[in-house]
Formats: sequence, C-alpha cells, structure tokens
Amino acid sequence: MAKLEASEKSTDPDLIKLVDEQEVKDPETVKPQQVEQDGSDLLDVKVQKYLRGEGANLEVLRDKKLKSQLVFREKLYGQSAKAAVKHEQWLMPSEEGFLEPEGFEKTWRITQQSLLNEVDVNSSRKAFDMILPELGPYTMKYTSNGRYLVLGGRKGHLGLIDMLSFDLVKEFQVRETVRDVEFLHTEEFFSVAQKKNLYIYNRHGTEVHCLKEHGTPLRLQFLDKHFLLASLNTFGQLHYQDVTTGEIVANYRTGLGRTDVMRVNPYNSIIGVGHSCGKLTMWKPTSVKPLITMFCNPGPVTAIAFHNNGHLMATAGMDRNIKLWDIRKFEVLHTNFGHASTLDFSQKGLLAVGNRTHVHVWRDYSGNQKYGRYMTHEMVKGYQVNKVAFRPYEDVLGIGHSMGISSILIPGSGEPNFDSWVANPYETKKQRREKEVHSLLDKLPPETIMLEPKEIGTVKQPKQKEKKSKQEMEEEMEAAVGMAKGIKLKKKTKGRNKPSKRAKKKEKEVLKAKRPFVEQLLKEEQPFKKQRTMAEAEAELPVALQRFARKTAA
Amino acid sequence: MKVKVISRSTEDFTRERSQDLHKVFRNYDPNLRTQEKAIEYTRALNAAKLEKIFARPFIGAMDGHIDAVSCMAKNPNHLKGIFSGSMDGDIRLWDIATRRTTCQFSGHEGPVRGLTVSTDGNVLVSCGNDCSVKLWKVPSSFEFSDTVEDAEPLANYVWKYAFRAVDHQWASNIFATGGAQVDIWDHNRSNPVNSYEWGTATIVSLRFNAGEPDVLATSASDRSITIYDLRMSSPARKVIMKTKTNALSWNPMEPMNFTAANEDCNCYTYDARKLDEAKCVHQDHVSAVMDIDYSPTGREFVTGSYDRTVRIFRYNGGHSREIYHTKRMQRVFCVKYSCDGTYVISGSDDTNLRLWKANASEQLGVLLPREVKKQEYLDAVKNRYKHLPEVKRIVRHRHLPKPIYKAAALRRTMVEAERKKEERRRAHSAPGSTSSQPFRKRRIIQEIE
Repeated sequence: MAKLEASEKSTDPDLIKLVDEQEVKDPETVKPQQVEQDGSDLLDVKVQKYLRGEGANLEVLRDKKLKSQLVFREKLYGQSAKAAVKHEQWLMPSEEGFLEPEGFEKTWRITQQSLLNEVDVNSSRKAFDMILPELGPYTMKYTSNGRYLVLGGRKGHLGLIDMLSFDLVKEFQVRETVRDVEFLHTEEFFSVAQKKNLYIYNRHGTEVHCLKEHGTPLRLQFLDKHFLLASLNTFGQLHYQDVTTGEIVANYRTGLGRTDVMRVNPYNSIIGVGHSCGKLTMWKPTSVKPLITMFCNPGPVTAIAFHNNGHLMATAGMDRNIKLWDIRKFEVLHTNFGHASTLDFSQKGLLAVGNRTHVHVWRDYSGNQKYGRYMTHEMVKGYQVNKVAFRPYEDVLGIGHSMGISSILIPGSGEPNFDSWVANPYETKKQRREKEVHSLLDKLPPETIMLEPKEIGTVKQPKQKEKKSKQEMEEEMEAAVGMAKGIKLKKKTKGRNKPSKRAKKKEKEVLKAKRPFVEQLLKEEQPFKKQRTMAEAEAELPVALQRFARKTAA
Repeated sequence: MKVKVISRSTEDFTRERSQDLHKVFRNYDPNLRTQEKAIEYTRALNAAKLEKIFARPFIGAMDGHIDAVSCMAKNPNHLKGIFSGSMDGDIRLWDIATRRTTCQFSGHEGPVRGLTVSTDGNVLVSCGNDCSVKLWKVPSSFEFSDTVEDAEPLANYVWKYAFRAVDHQWASNIFATGGAQVDIWDHNRSNPVNSYEWGTATIVSLRFNAGEPDVLATSASDRSITIYDLRMSSPARKVIMKTKTNALSWNPMEPMNFTAANEDCNCYTYDARKLDEAKCVHQDHVSAVMDIDYSPTGREFVTGSYDRTVRIFRYNGGHSREIYHTKRMQRVFCVKYSCDGTYVISGSDDTNLRLWKANASEQLGVLLPREVKKQEYLDAVKNRYKHLPEVKRIVRHRHLPKPIYKAAALRRTMVEAERKKEERRRAHSAPGSTSSQPFRKRRIIQEIE
C-alpha cells in the first residue's frame, strides 16, 4: 500500500506542487485552470506515445518546397497522435485491471482463493486447474488473440481448447515424446516438436506435414509476420522454414551445444537463444553469425523472455540470478536473486517467473524497470511448473505443470482493449479467413528482420572519411621509404651492376614510394597557395600596372 | 482489497443478429503493432507491383475515318461526345461510350484543319484548307442508333486563305481562325469582325484563354508564339524560339500559364506575362510534339508526338509520368483530355481515334467507399516509400518500343555530349568570358513587345 502511494506521488510531483501553490492564492478561481493544465500535461505525455519518436529538425532545410511539405506532414502526424489520444480517452470499451491492497495487506499475500471471492462470475471461470496426471509435464501456447490454447503433454498428449467457451476443440495422442507446441499464424494449424521430427497438425488433429529437415527439434517459435517457423534441434542448429512456401530459409549452427532456451523478440522478430555456457545469442535468418553474443549468467541460461516494447529482456541462469537487461544498450538494469525455469512478460509488462512449485509475478512499480514482487502462487501438492504464459488481452496467467495445466488471475497483466484488425478474440470464421489473406499479402521478407526495425526507409548516413593528419602521413611516408630502401636489387650483368647504377636505382625506388604522399600533401596545400600567389602577384605590381593584373571570375 | 480484472461479456463485443455489421474496436497503441514500418514497406512494394499488373490503359480504338485524323474538339456539354476531323474533309461526331460515329458532317473539300465547339455545345465550327469556315448544328440527342446522321452546315463562310486553326471564345458568339493572319469572327457575320497581323508567317495553332476570354495565344511558322488581347487593336507580345511551336494549351486552373508543344521534342510552360524564360521544360519525347491538351484539373497535360507515342506530364514535372503506345498507332496528330479528366483521346495518322485511361491502373466504374479508401491508403504508402530503390524501380519502369528506346538513348548521348563540350569550353576560356544559360532560356531567341 505504502509503496503504491509513493509511486503514485512520484509520477507527478509537478501536479502536487501546482496544487499547493494555487491553494495559497485562491482555490476557487484557479481550480478549472489547474484541471486544464493537468489534462494538457497528461495529454502531452500520451501524445508522445503515439508520435513514435521525435520529428525531424526542419530548421536546417534550405529547400523551401520540401520544408513546407514536411511541415505539413509533421502537422498531420501531430493531429493523428492527438486524435489517437482522444480515442484512448473516450472511446475505449474496457479498463485495465488492478489490485489494490487495503490497510496492512500485501498484494503478494493475496491468494487466488481470496481473489476469486471478489471478482465477478465471468472472471472467476477463467481460473481453473486441469488435472491430467498421466501424460505430463505439460507445455502450452496461446494464440496471439488469446482465444485458443494448445497444450502438449510430454508423453504425447495434444489438445486444442477454445478458451472463450471452454470447448475442447480436439484432443489426441501421438504416443511419442512431445517437447514443444507452437501455433502457426492462426489456430487452424499448430506445430509440434516430437520425438524425432517436427509435425504440423490442423485443428482437427490431422497431420498435415512432417518436417524432417529440422532434425530433432527441442524448441519452436513462430514469427507470425514473416511466416517463419524457427526450431532449435538437439545439435544446436537453428532452422528457419517459411511455412507458406515450405522453403528452408536458413539453417545455422549455433555452435554452443544443445539447448532448449529460445525466445523470439516480438519487437523485431530476432530470436534469442540461451546456451549452457551462459551466453545468449541473437539471430536473424539472413546472417550466418549471431548478431549479438552476450554473456549473461555464469552457468547455463535457463530461461529468457522479451518485453513487448523491445527495450527489456529478462534472463535467468543456474547461478540463481534473474537479470533484467536493457537490450538497446545491452546493459544489466537489475539483478534479482532467484531460480527460474520459465519466464514470461505480459502485455502490460508484468514478469512471471516459474520455478519448481512456485510462480511469482513481478511488477514494475516505479516506471524505471525496477521490478518488485506483485503476486505469488504456490502449486498444490508439489506440482512442478514447466511453463508459464500470459494470456493476451486477459488478466490470466496460464501455467503448464507436471500434472496438467492451471490458470490463475493476475489483475492488470493484460491489455484491456483489443484492436479488431490486429488480434480479435471474438473473430468469426469469415473474419479469420479475411485476416489470413491480408496477413499473407503483408508477409514480410526475412530481410526485414533487424535489430532496429524502425530503420527501414531511413537514410543511411554516409561514413565520414577520416582525414589523416600531417604527422601520420609523414610517418606512413617514412615507412614506405624504409620499405623501398630495403628492397634487394637483383644482380645484373656486367656494366649494369656498378655501385653508382645501383645507388641510382635505389634512389629511384625511394622517389617512387614517396611520390603518392608528396602529391597528396601538395594537393591539400594547393588551393591556399594559389590564392596567395594571386594576391601576391597583384601586390608586387607597381600601382600603374595593377589594373592589368588578371581578374578573377566575376 | 480492491480488485478488478478484465471481464468482457461476449454480447458486448459481437453482433446481435446476423444482419448487423460486425463490431469493430480500435486500439492505436504502437506496442500492439510491432514492425509497422516493415509492413508498410511491404505494402508499398506490393501496391507498386499491383499497379504495374493492372496498368492497362488502352480501352479501344474508334475506327471510321478513311484518312489521317488531323484535329479534334471536345463537346463542353456532352461528356461522351467528341468531334474529329480528317485529312479527307470528313468530320465525325463520336459517342465515346459505344465508340461509334453518331453523326457525320460532310462538306469540306480539302483537309479539315481546325474544329471547335461553342461553349453552349450547340454550334460546331470547322475550317480547312479549302479556305472555308463552316458552322454546323450539333445534334442534341445522344440516343444510340445504327444509322449515322448526316448534317448540313448552318453557314459556310469562304475567305481568302487556307485556314490552319480555329478556336472558340468562352461564353460568346465569337471565334478566331488562324492562317495567313488571325481573324476574329462572329457566328452571324460572313466576314471577319477583326483581323490581326504581325509579320507574314502562317499561324499554325491558336487557343483562347478560358479564364481570361479576351486573351488569345497563337503560334506561327516563324517559330513565334504571340499573345493577343481582343480589347486592343494590335497583338500584345511575342516570343521567338529556335524551333516552331506546333500547338499550345492554356492551363485552365492557372489562367496566366500556357504550355507550348515544340518541334524540338520538348514542351515549354510559359507565364504569359514573362515570356523571356520558360517556367518549366517538359522533356521526354523523341520527336516533334504535335499536340497538347490540359486536363480540366490543370495538374496534368497530355501530349501527342510524331514519334508515335502519347505522354502525360504533370504541370510542373520535367519528365513525363506516363507513356502510351501501341504497335498499330502511327504519328499522333491530335490529343484531347476528356472533360472529366479520366480519359485521354488520341487521333493519329492511321485514321483511328484511340481512347486511353488517364491513370493507367485506375479501376473503371463506380467504386465502393472502402475501395476508394483502400486505394488512397495504398497511394499514400507508395508515396511514402517511393524513394526506396525497389519501389522506385517498379514505379518508374515503362516498356518502350525499341525505336523509341534507341532514339531516347541517342538523344541522351547527344545532350550529354553537348553539355560536356560546353563544360570544357567554359573550363578552357578566360573566366567571365563565357556565359551559360539555363535550359529554360536557351531555346528562346528573343521576346518582342
């Protein structure tokens, strides 16, 4: 409670100051102005979110036409950002969830049972425990709109559940090891990493493809904008396969041994792989070498997760540290003590940490990525947590564990308002088909995966050629002369081998080596020299003859 | 403790009845749309490709004349009517929608050289090499019939010289003809009401300004462009260029500006008040430009050339935005932009009129509002990423007939050689002794007032 209040105050100290000052003057007359001020400040902060960065500096432009065009463009951007803020203020249908303790309560002491007593019936249905004792431990995956869930039991149990109506769409057994499950672009297809191969099933449980090129996959990720299915196999090889054409786009050796820690960064579709040597590598399908190799934890990396906004990454290692990284600077922001076998960031930035029988949820209270305890959950009867995953657009955390799957309520974790054109949980069959076609039309080529995706369409700054200083040039010249002097001359026939001739030849070689440097130096000095000579020539002439001095071009 | 979790009832987010529209909810949060620039770029690229695929500008040919089409006139009152005159003295009125002749005006004994229609669309004026000006009544009904009407002239005025051009003044009974001199006629008078002469050259083209109805521009075979004001007794001003101007057209939205189609393959946009320098030079044709016509929007104009192509230029663009050609189209003698700005009509040596879309990839017919919106979005995205090499390459590419491709390459070499020579000359002459003129001035010999 105390912490919460403090954080609220710390967010807008200006506002408090403003209120104090105005109360001293005359509270009644000033009140509307204060409200307005407050509103405009808030508005400015929110507009920043929609402006997507600073506008270009137009003052330096000399082209008036271009400048006016760009000014107009910037104005449009500003208007649209303001319109978006107003839309956010007035037209959003749902509000964010929250959990506020009262008195001496602590949020992390609040149990699911007490939460369920407080929330409405509709929400209380979302928390459940599904006990599947025989074929576990279970892994799971939600679709991007949060409507469907696919679950995979280690011993071959696969199921597809509609989470809106709690219908079991399909359940079947493959009777071999299932290591990971992953949805493709819609709930129509899901891929499964099985004992030997990677399989793709449709929603009716029909095997659509068996992809043998991937080897024995341990972990799967799907890049939905690029339609690439990425897999990491037992040899530590990373495969990218285009699921629209079936083409293997890339196949790279990570070279750091077997691992099953792989996560895609939703911000730029770069894949992060954690290795047993404590390194984390980041991959894109168009480069053989990893883009980034960073040493995260001494000892094996056990889990990684990426924040939606692309700034934040969490890694956990066997060294009992959970680190939060700023992946713009590749710096550790905070290190927290603890084990984690699985990590996940929610849409609103909550971090779920799963380890053995506990699930902790951390929250960034202050807005500076300093995560603190928010909620905890203990699995009953010692069920071992295998995977945690936040359900998109809901305040729900899904947990796959050794005895089935569970779902708990985490208020404030999900984005309350969905966009029908991005991910619609209430999508009909027709809408899904329409969206499929459009997303195929907008399929991104693999080359668009890069560390900073905003760089597409921007101008590459030409590299400034570094000018060598005079001293450096002279040093280089001396080195070249030394080389020339060191050349051993061949023995020539009689008459040509005279010492004088040899000396002459050597001198020639030295001159030849010197020449480019001397020319360069001359070239740099020349323009000044020429001007000087002109002026000098004019000055040297007698006054009477100065009018005949050569005129410079008008 | 206070607690709230997201709880949506399905009824609030789905439609009630199957007849209802689906509910749409928007959230413009940038975090929900990652990699939006990459997506926009892909859309721009796809839009550019689709535009290329759908670029089918040729709609059809209007066949009927038995000699080359020499001149055309559009009917200001009927969108789908166009008049064409041919070298054998035949004048036809075409229905563009069915691409058939609806009326034939026969009477000229030599080539018809000029056609124009009065602003009310009732009277057609034609002139030709047979020294006669004929006035015709335009049939008012545009009903389709299999039979071709044959019209008789309302009046036939015979004069002293062969006519080369005619144009009608806006909203009056007055028209002007050009030949050995410029004559101003009234519908009801058999002799010219006024005549202008400046030098002895033959007038080859003549256009009234629609915005300033008393202003008239002509071009003559002595390479001059002359501006007349009917309120004055003598011509106002004249500019002489290095080559002849074949046709000119006033910009309907900027009444002081006109564009001249020149024999030297270029078009020159002039400000009529300042003739010592062209405002813009439009180059791309590889042979003499024969005719020019502005779009009613004033943002574009179409040109027809002796190199067998039709090009569309932006009013301020140095190069054409579009080129149209077919294997069968011969020398183009006349072009017109339709009154709604969506079609282009060309008349050529092969006796045909050809109908083209002004925007090659535009979808014809009525569009749904959401189709229009989609198109606007794609255009905006394309515009945003037009600088990227891949998009630029696709948008700029046009297939050219081989002779034109070769001629263009040759022209480029020639221009480049000339430029290099000039550069060298300047480099080797005393500073200040040579002067270079911008291309906008280089083709102008002098301005006379």
